[in-house]
Amino acid sequence: MGKTLAEKVWDAHIVHQASGEPDLLFIDLHLVHEVTSPQAFDGLRAANRKVRRPDLTLLTEDHNVPTQDIDKPIADLVSRAQVDALRNNAKEFGLKIFSLGDIDQGIVHVVGPQLGLTQPGMTVVCGDSHTSTHGAFGALAFGIGTSEVEHVLATQTLPLKPFKTMAITVNGKLPQGSTAKDIILAVIAKISTGGGQGYVLEYRGEAIRALSMEGRMTICNMSIEAGARAGMIAPDETTFEYMKGREYAPKGKDWDDAVSYWKTLKTDDDAKFDAEVIIDANSLTPFVTWGTNPGQGVSIDDVVPDPNSFTDPTEKTAAERALVYMDLKAGTKMRDIKVDTVFLGSCTNGRIEDLRAAAAILKGQKVASSVRMMVVPGSAKVAIQAEHEGLPAIFKAAGADWRSAGCSMCLGMNPDKLKPGERAASTSNRNFEGRQGPGGRTHLVSPLVAAATAITGHLSTPDEIK
Amino acid sequence: MEKFVTHTGTGLPLRRSNVDTDQIIPAEYLKRITRHGFEDALFKAWREDPSFVLNKPEYKKATILVAGPEFGTGSSREHAVWALMDYGFKVVLSSRYADIFRGNSGKAGLVTAEVPQDVIEKIWAMIEKDPNTQITVDLDKRQVKAGDLLADFQIDDYVRWRLMEGLDDIGLTLRHESKITEFEKSRPSYKPVTL
Repeated sequence: MGKTLAEKVWDAHIVHQASGEPDLLFIDLHLVHEVTSPQAFDGLRAANRKVRRPDLTLLTEDHNVPTQDIDKPIADLVSRAQVDALRNNAKEFGLKIFSLGDIDQGIVHVVGPQLGLTQPGMTVVCGDSHTSTHGAFGALAFGIGTSEVEHVLATQTLPLKPFKTMAITVNGKLPQGSTAKDIILAVIAKISTGGGQGYVLEYRGEAIRALSMEGRMTICNMSIEAGARAGMIAPDETTFEYMKGREYAPKGKDWDDAVSYWKTLKTDDDAKFDAEVIIDANSLTPFVTWGTNPGQGVSIDDVVPDPNSFTDPTEKTAAERALVYMDLKAGTKMRDIKVDTVFLGSCTNGRIEDLRAAAAILKGQKVASSVRMMVVPGSAKVAIQAEHEGLPAIFKAAGADWRSAGCSMCLGMNPDKLKPGERAASTSNRNFEGRQGPGGRTHLVSPLVAAATAITGHLSTPDEIK
Repeated sequence: MEKFVTHTGTGLPLRRSNVDTDQIIPAEYLKRITRHGFEDALFKAWREDPSFVLNKPEYKKATILVAGPEFGTGSSREHAVWALMDYGFKVVLSSRYADIFRGNSGKAGLVTAEVPQDVIEKIWAMIEKDPNTQITVDLDKRQVKAGDLLADFQIDDYVRWRLMEGLDDIGLTLRHESKITEFEKSRPSYKPVTL
């Protein structure tokens, strides 16, 4: 029997295999950021261990860095101490680091791909659940905890129990106005936040093939919100075109060797998935969330659901709680929900294509007077590219705030936060209670819906904008 | 890591599903660079509400968290496990866990015992009626006992063995160091290096 893409990459990294034990897998790339690593480095020091492969390790500062005044010392002393710890660990263990102010600094999941460090067929880990992003290249990429960060630093391997595989087949063509973000929000609404547990998801089908690498990264990024640690898309010409010429991409004969290997990285025709889900892209409208987990989403043309419409008692209770927290009434049209803040950015939707899409809608328009809009590029390089294309000028003319690169308002651990009770349309990945700041309320949306919403002040699609 | 074979204590009923790690510990508290001292941040936002179960004196000494399904979703922060352990929890009982949370628990020494939702419902009812109900979690027998209820629980074989022996994962892996070195030699030249 043939193998799935995930199984091929898994098998190519087995260092040790024995019955009754997890497989020991080699890790090709370990990305590290300031929040989940200090205790791991402490562990190495305590055990007098070294970093086994500094040359397969890369550090960047993203989670708690400010997105303003980045030339000044970080004002929050606790954040500053954590960033300093990362810098000191880089020095002590001889690791490459992209610090605030460096041209290559940015959100870890934007930085890896843009440098060409993320390549098909690799194993990529990071102490961050959105590491699934890198699966867009046909890499097996997943988030790990701090103990595992220490394990990878010390051994460049991880003991892992094999995953099951699930095919997510997205047939047809996305209608105008619908995006990769809407595909993944629809997938999560369909299979729920636990549906992917224990699985690697492989996204396939015509609508996936038609996506750019940016769109594919958006989809794989949110695999974790469906409970899956990893999502993958088989590499193809779109992938190779994106990779070619990037700083860390192979060159010359290495490029040819790499491409011939990469072309083998697809699920065999006779391979079997443990589960399959089919989505029709043709009828997919923009999706938005109404609740406090990413599975609580509906079409923007729909209404806030009635908790009594859920047959499962757990889902019903969760919906009741969510409506109280979100201060929403069942039956309210999603399009009638007014927001205070629009956040465009994050490892989900902070790439150049996302900024272009939003700028195209905001050009010549004004952000509603009741709304503050924050635009945060995913990396310093994305910011520079945007400058070349004149995008910041469009955002600023519309009245939006243009910031420096970082995780920003996605997670409420840097100065960019929602105030209690504030409501946001956000292109990020989590609408958990307080995720964007204590008491803040989040509706997850695509960059197109974010831009249109900023102009009208309520959840909107671009076709409402004249 | 301390060995875990069996534990007896009282339970705290957390009647919520989809408890994500942002609820277990909000991002603001992840700025600390220590591995301990997170007990004050546990369920920080929910604890603002005086009626939240963690604030009830009858559950102050609970060491077993009895939680709803999809426990520990979202962020990979191991701080969520540390906060639970720092607060005094030794075991979580739930019908479904998010993968990363469960993995982190196994590494840090928190037992995540998986039981069917109807068992959770029975234990909730029992400990809501009598918060002093003694619950025993036996990792060796993979059984949980509460009052007259006796139920089997699921936990990964390898994780169970490691917890019972109190073994360090890195130490176990380093037994295969020669194999790692051998594997490294076969790495193709087209794969990237950062230095």
